[in-house]
Amino acid sequence: MEKPVPVDVRLPNILRPAAGGQATVAAAGDTVGEVFDDLIRQHPGLREQLLTSDGEIHRHLNIFLNDDDIRYLGKLGAKVGETDTLTLMPAVAGG
Amino acid sequence: MFGSRWTGLAGDTTRHGSFADVLVIGKNFLDQMVCHCLDGYPLEACGLLGGFVSEGGHAEVAGLYLTDNVASSARIYEVDPGAFLRADREAEAGGGQLIGVYHSHTHTEGKPSPTDVAQAPDPGWHYVLVSLRDVHPSVRSWRIEGGKISEEPVVLQ
Repeated sequence: MEKPVPVDVRLPNILRPAAGGQATVAAAGDTVGEVFDDLIRQHPGLREQLLTSDGEIHRHLNIFLNDDDIRYLGKLGAKVGETDTLTLMPAVAGG
Repeated sequence: MFGSRWTGLAGDTTRHGSFADVLVIGKNFLDQMVCHCLDGYPLEACGLLGGFVSEGGHAEVAGLYLTDNVASSARIYEVDPGAFLRADREAEAGGGQLIGVYHSHTHTEGKPSPTDVAQAPDPGWHYVLVSLRDVHPSVRSWRIEGGKISEEPVVLQ
């Protein structure tokens, strides 16, 4: 089986310190979950900011596969191709 | 349309002139922002600020993105995530960036609530509060970093 080609993962300002200050990180995987695994392997400090202790995506994090919210594509199981871009954005919310 | 009134409001906020940070906003954007909040009343309204930040803490609003409050609530707001993505791309394509967010408080003062502070998405952003508690809306801007808030002057351009 061929090794997945890394895709670009764009990080918001608030997550960049945990990724060595990078705005974009290349990470490989066939699904969003696998890309996250590779991202966390490279930058372990991102784990608790991306996932809950149960391995679910944090409620205050929005993840887009190109233009689409992955909530509607199968969440962490969403398929990722080599030309795709993942964009992580914090929820902008308050009271 | 509310030029003289907004000049007065901006003047009120400049009394905090000892802060290094300043939010500069044009009259047209101020009008749009406040009208959007009034349109949303009694629910909270929200939107994003695009623009430029210079060294020294001066932030200038160069674009306004009126977004839906997907929480549809008088107590909380959440910017439509898809609109956030599009605004972020558009601001960057224009050579700028998103520099902050505005939202209304429909029944309280224009000061960040504990929820606003806890959920602030970016310490580099400027957080504008439009209070509709009184007949005359008030506009104030804040920085939120590490759970602490500080008010900054709003300068009308």
